[in-house]
Amino acid sequence: MNTTILLFLLQDGITNGAIYALLGLALVLVFAVTRIILIPQGEFITFGALTYASLSAGQMPGTIKLAVAMGVVAFAFDLFTFRKALHARRVLRSIAVNIVFPLAIWGVMWALGGRPGNIALNIALSLLIVAAIGLYLYRIAFQPIAHTSVLVLLIASVGCHLALQGFGLVFFGAEGQRGPAISSDAITIGALRFTGQSIAVYGITIALIVGLWLFFGYTLYGKALRATAVNRLGARLAGIRTSLSGQIAFLLASVIGAISGILIVPITTLYYDTGFLIGLKGFVAAIIGGLVSYPLTAAAAILVGCVEAFSSFYASNYKEVIVFTLILPVLVLRSLAAPEVEEEKD
Amino acid sequence: MRQRLLPILVFALVMAAIPFVPGVPPFWIVLLDNIGLAALVAMGLVLLTGVGGLTSFGQAAFCGFGAYTTAYLSTAYGMSPWLTLPMSLIVSGLAAVLLGIITMRLSGHYLPLGTIAWGISLFYLFSKLEFLGRNDGISGIPPLSIGTWKMLDPGSIYFPIWIAVIICALLSMNLLDSRTGRAIRALRRGHIAAEAFGVQTARAKLLVFIYAAVLAGLSGWLYAHFQRAANPTPFGPHLGIEYLFIAVVGGAGYVWGGVLGAAVVVILKEVLQSYLPLIFGGGGGQLETIVFGILLVALLQLAPTGMWPWLTAWLPAGDSRKRPAPADALPARNDHRPDTGVLLQVDKARKQFGGVVAVNDVSFNVQAREIVALIGPNGAGKSTTFNLITGVLAATAGKVTVLGKGVSGAPPQEIVKLGIARTFQHVKLVPDMTVLENVALGAHLRGRSGAIASMLRLDRADEAKLLAEAAKQIERVGLGDQMNQLAGSLSLGQQRIVEIARALCVDPMLLLLDEPAAGLRHMEKQQLASLLRQLRDGGMSVLLVEHDMGFVMNLANRIVVLDFGTKIAEGTPADIKTNPDVIKAYLGAVA
Repeated sequence: MNTTILLFLLQDGITNGAIYALLGLALVLVFAVTRIILIPQGEFITFGALTYASLSAGQMPGTIKLAVAMGVVAFAFDLFTFRKALHARRVLRSIAVNIVFPLAIWGVMWALGGRPGNIALNIALSLLIVAAIGLYLYRIAFQPIAHTSVLVLLIASVGCHLALQGFGLVFFGAEGQRGPAISSDAITIGALRFTGQSIAVYGITIALIVGLWLFFGYTLYGKALRATAVNRLGARLAGIRTSLSGQIAFLLASVIGAISGILIVPITTLYYDTGFLIGLKGFVAAIIGGLVSYPLTAAAAILVGCVEAFSSFYASNYKEVIVFTLILPVLVLRSLAAPEVEEEKD
Repeated sequence: MRQRLLPILVFALVMAAIPFVPGVPPFWIVLLDNIGLAALVAMGLVLLTGVGGLTSFGQAAFCGFGAYTTAYLSTAYGMSPWLTLPMSLIVSGLAAVLLGIITMRLSGHYLPLGTIAWGISLFYLFSKLEFLGRNDGISGIPPLSIGTWKMLDPGSIYFPIWIAVIICALLSMNLLDSRTGRAIRALRRGHIAAEAFGVQTARAKLLVFIYAAVLAGLSGWLYAHFQRAANPTPFGPHLGIEYLFIAVVGGAGYVWGGVLGAAVVVILKEVLQSYLPLIFGGGGGQLETIVFGILLVALLQLAPTGMWPWLTAWLPAGDSRKRPAPADALPARNDHRPDTGVLLQVDKARKQFGGVVAVNDVSFNVQAREIVALIGPNGAGKSTTFNLITGVLAATAGKVTVLGKGVSGAPPQEIVKLGIARTFQHVKLVPDMTVLENVALGAHLRGRSGAIASMLRLDRADEAKLLAEAAKQIERVGLGDQMNQLAGSLSLGQQRIVEIARALCVDPMLLLLDEPAAGLRHMEKQQLASLLRQLRDGGMSVLLVEHDMGFVMNLANRIVVLDFGTKIAEGTPADIKTNPDVIKAYLGAVA
């Protein structure tokens, strides 16, 4: 192998790995706070990417309709929950979050009237739409069963994945799409050419990781989320609304998923179902990180990206086999290193 | 027995009659075939996930092993399908052994994630291997045949499929209702309690994993001869997930929940596929997944425990089983049980957790026919000492000997074999098992029957003895009336007493009780004290941790006092009451 190929593969691996790191972080976050293994993460990716691509092509993405519809359902769920104590403040807040917010996004898009807006606006709109979907998804599908076992949550998560993937097909069709790059500049260092896009990937990944670290370490909401992750009951007794924690976790995860999608859609063609496999690789990283450690997850994601790049070069047929088998030795090492701790299960 | 078998017999007859009812559309038979195939896999998952608490997303891959084995052998070597059946089962079983050794030791959430990983990687492997035909798979698989009768149409393969379903359901139910079954059912609540009564939890997990894989392999074998082709698609991660939610929707803890779940999911998908386009005027396949996903979430919100318990709740309450039929007494454990002398010697035992010394060079002993109490303020290291003795924790230094034999480093399963049985400070019963079944787990080591004997019901004599012993101990501790209640429905104090009965089932020479009187009322404490005296007079020794001083002082022959992990006093209750160090530890320094 010559150095150029090595460097190219490494570069490719790190770029993909950075995306997996973001996804892995989001998965860890959601799991820690809500005990939900977020299979629909893949849909956040595709929704983000394809919404952005549609907006850039001057089309009205179907995801906004979904966001509005889910908002209405979420509002109905809220009303049902509040039925014994319909305080005006609660209802108004619910209307603002569930009805006004998605309608406002729709309004902006409608005002644009199908003209492709500039890149920043398109990105902002895509993120807001996916954020709304993520938030309502938690409210509708998970909040009513937040207390059940991990297994039930997992199956509900699969149900959401199926439904959202179906919507993805309806909205975006079976054709793959690409979106415009954030920047078309490129710099060349030695044999390597760094596109503006790949630099954006690195920059945004690092910024998000630092941002999350600051959020969890230094803000009240971040600490509340961590408290919920450690002990739900204890957090509730301390006055933390665990349903709010869940909503914040989903909000963050959906935004992170959408960002990842927007970052990759200029690099590779995305289909309505591509997100699942990409999400799963973030998953591999999250598992290697043990679903708890953010830095380990990030490091593992880079490893997964590199293994993928190298195996697609040397044994492209077995690329997926190699990537997914990678988990097994890690899991074995982990369970050997840390003997099982008795956990009280419900 | 008859009550148990009658519904199954009726079900079998109904299923057998369906193909002969005139006017049944052939399409229904295809659906029923698919339901049967899914039910087999889901049934394995019920045992693995619902009962054993081990979530697997990879079952579709085991179907793949079953299907590809027969596909390859019957096309490349022209072997008869009946000869490939054992091969298919063996290959899926062996694959389960290999994967199980790696993944079954994973705890908590790693396990489902690990199974997703190998599930996906096996799927890609199936679709890349040349000799398995890559993505196209293998076609031209011969049909099943008996003599000259070839089972070419869905109506004829219907019979082997449903015979397999009913036989496997029976075997699974038999397995659950046995000594091995209790061990599997105890897994979901963690290992420590099961291991304290001699269950080899790692082996039990592997066993149920292999069983589930073999059921999936059987389903794969049937599938290959039903479709007469095998390609990777039906063995991929999506199907692996689908089997799991079949089990959850049906009711993951119930064998028939697997069958019900398969019926619900297969029919639902079919209905959605055929009617949604009519309602919405075309629209294609995506509507079906959307509605299916939404219905799945809605179903879980309405019935989080699955549909089977939800349905059976409407039926009149079944038989609350009587106390078990009398049976021959279990033979006593044949060990050398001295009438005098030291049973247990703890010698400078030490346990450090990082920098914290939880137990600091503690030495004491327990003699034959003696009640020793271990007391001390909270955090004194009493429960840790228990865990050192019973092998739950390994001592950092020091020695524990039982009848002069060193047992340091021995696992809990070995300690209990020496005749040391224990209860737990935090009750560790299986709440959805009856008191009788929970207590019978204590007699685990005194039974012999293995999994295969249990499935074939060859274990009945052995099982009757175990249950009779459990019933005897339950009556001895005074809970005879609660025998058939679920353990979780008892008060905490009663649950502690159930734990004592379970420990007595070991036929121990030394009983270790961790706060047995906590949560008991005054009268109950007195009953407990007299039971313990009676046990001592019968030749048993007791080591107990307890906070109720009145209880301890009236009962114990000797008291060992710990404070901050160190032994500060030892002696008769009278000595301890006046010991200045003890008073200081409990009440603080005298000003």
